[in-house]
Amino acid sequence: MYAVRLWSVRHARGLSRFYASFEAVLVKLSPLFERIGYQRLERPVAAVERTVKGILFDCRMCGSCALSSTGLSCPMNCPKQLRNGPCGGVRANGNCEVKPDMRCVWVQAWQGAERVPGGIDAISAIQAPVDRRIEGTSAGLRVAREKSGAGR
Amino acid sequence: MIFADEPVPGYPLPILPGHTSPGRFERVLRAGAFAVTAELAPPDSADPEEVYKRVRVFEGYVDAINATDGSGANCHMSSLAVCALLTRVGHAPVMQISCRDRNRIAIQGDILGGAAMGVCNMLCLTGDGVQAGDHPQAKPVFDLDSVSLLGIARGLRDDHRYESGRKLTYAPRVLLGAAENPNVPPIEHRTRRLAKKIAAGAQFIQTQYCYDIPRLRDFMSVLEDAGLLEKVFILIGVGPLRSAKAADWMRTHVPGIHIPDAVIDRLKGAQDQAREGRNLCVDLIQEIHSIKGASGVHVMAYRQEESVAEVIDRSGVLAGRRPWQPGRDPQINADRNTS
Repeated sequence: MYAVRLWSVRHARGLSRFYASFEAVLVKLSPLFERIGYQRLERPVAAVERTVKGILFDCRMCGSCALSSTGLSCPMNCPKQLRNGPCGGVRANGNCEVKPDMRCVWVQAWQGAERVPGGIDAISAIQAPVDRRIEGTSAGLRVAREKSGAGR
Repeated sequence: MIFADEPVPGYPLPILPGHTSPGRFERVLRAGAFAVTAELAPPDSADPEEVYKRVRVFEGYVDAINATDGSGANCHMSSLAVCALLTRVGHAPVMQISCRDRNRIAIQGDILGGAAMGVCNMLCLTGDGVQAGDHPQAKPVFDLDSVSLLGIARGLRDDHRYESGRKLTYAPRVLLGAAENPNVPPIEHRTRRLAKKIAAGAQFIQTQYCYDIPRLRDFMSVLEDAGLLEKVFILIGVGPLRSAKAADWMRTHVPGIHIPDAVIDRLKGAQDQAREGRNLCVDLIQEIHSIKGASGVHVMAYRQEESVAEVIDRSGVLAGRRPWQPGRDPQINADRNTS
C-alpha cells in the first residue's frame, strides 16, 4: 500500500533494526529449516513474506531483496526497476517521471538511508542485476541458507 | 589535431598505454583538449544516405557523434546501425545503449557487434520510460540499469567475459560513458550516484542540458571535493533553444529538463528569439569552458542540428583545433593507401 510504503521509509531507522534482527533469527533457525527441508518451506514462507513485506513495502518478490541498501524503499516499485539510483527524469517536485502521482522511490530511498545508521554506505554499494530465475521466491530463506552455509 | 599515427578513415588508431580504445575521441580527451560532441537524431528511414546527410552538418566541428537509442522512447533507426554507418566513413560515434528495449543477452551482443564495426565509445543509459514515446503500448524491458550495464560492459572489455562468466575470444576495446542530470531531485545525492557510475566503469560523462550555470558550478565543486574530477571526463550538455515558447514547453513536458526563468525571460525579450537562443548557447559554452573539470560540451540541438557548427565556431572553444572530418587528411590517406 502506497501510504504504508511512505510510512515505512519515514520509520526506516526502527524498521531496519527490526528487519536486521528478523534476518538474524532466520539465520539462527537455519538448522531447523534444513531438517524440515528448504524446498518444503519455500511456499509457505514465501507466502508470509509476500504478505508482510507487501503491506510494509509494496514488495514485488524479486527474490533478491535490496531493502537494507535502499533505506527500506523497494526499488522494484520504480517503473524502470532501477536498483542503483534514480534516473534522470525525476520531476522537480521529487515525483516519478512515469507515474506523476508517485514519489520517486529513489528520492525516498536516500531519505530512508539517511535515517539508518550506515545507510549511506549501503546505498552507495553497487547492486548486481536481478537474477530473474528467483523472482517470486523467498529472499529471507535464501539469506538464511546462504549466511548459514547450508545447502539446498 | 592530426595524430602521428593517423589511420586510414574507418581503421582503428593504435591503442596507447593507459587508453582502453583505439578511438579518436579517447585520444582527444586524454590529450586534454576541450572536446565537442553532438547528438545525431537517427532517421525514420532505412536509407543510409539520410544518416550521412545528418552528420555532414557537424563535420569539422565535433570530436564524436552520439547516436541515440530510441530517444524519448520513440522508434528510429537503431543506434548500432547508425554507428556502423558512421564508422565506415571514419567518424567517431558514441553508441548510446538504453536498458529499456533489450535484455542482457541482446545488449551484450550489441556491444560486441558495435565494437566489431569499429565503434569505440559506448554510453550506458537507463532510457526514457515507454510512456514518453510513440509506442506507449510496448513492454518496457529494464532487465539491467545503467550502473549494472556499465559493470557488464567493463567485464566484457577487461575480463573478456560475459555476465554469465563465459569467455570471449576477443574483447571489445571501448571507452565507456554514462549520463548524469545535475538538475533534478535528489540534487544533493546526484554526485553520489555519479560516483557509483564511475566505480562501475564510467570513463566519461555526458550530462543532460545545463542551463543553470550556478547549479552546475555547485555540482562540479562537489565532484572536485570528492576527488572525482580526475577519474572521469565530464562533457556538459548544451543546446540552442528555438524560442521562449519552445523552452517553456520543453521544461514542462520533457522529463528531466530544467530551464531557469531567467533564460526564458532573455529569449522573450529578444527580437529574433531563435538567434538569441544560439547566442545564449554560445554564452553557456564559454562559461562551461571556464569551469574546472569540464572536459567539453555535448551539444544536443534537436531539429536545429545545422546551428551546431555556428555555435561551436562562435564560442571559440576549439581554439583553432580542427576535429577530424572525412577528407581532412588527404596526404596521410594517400601515403597509407600506397604503403
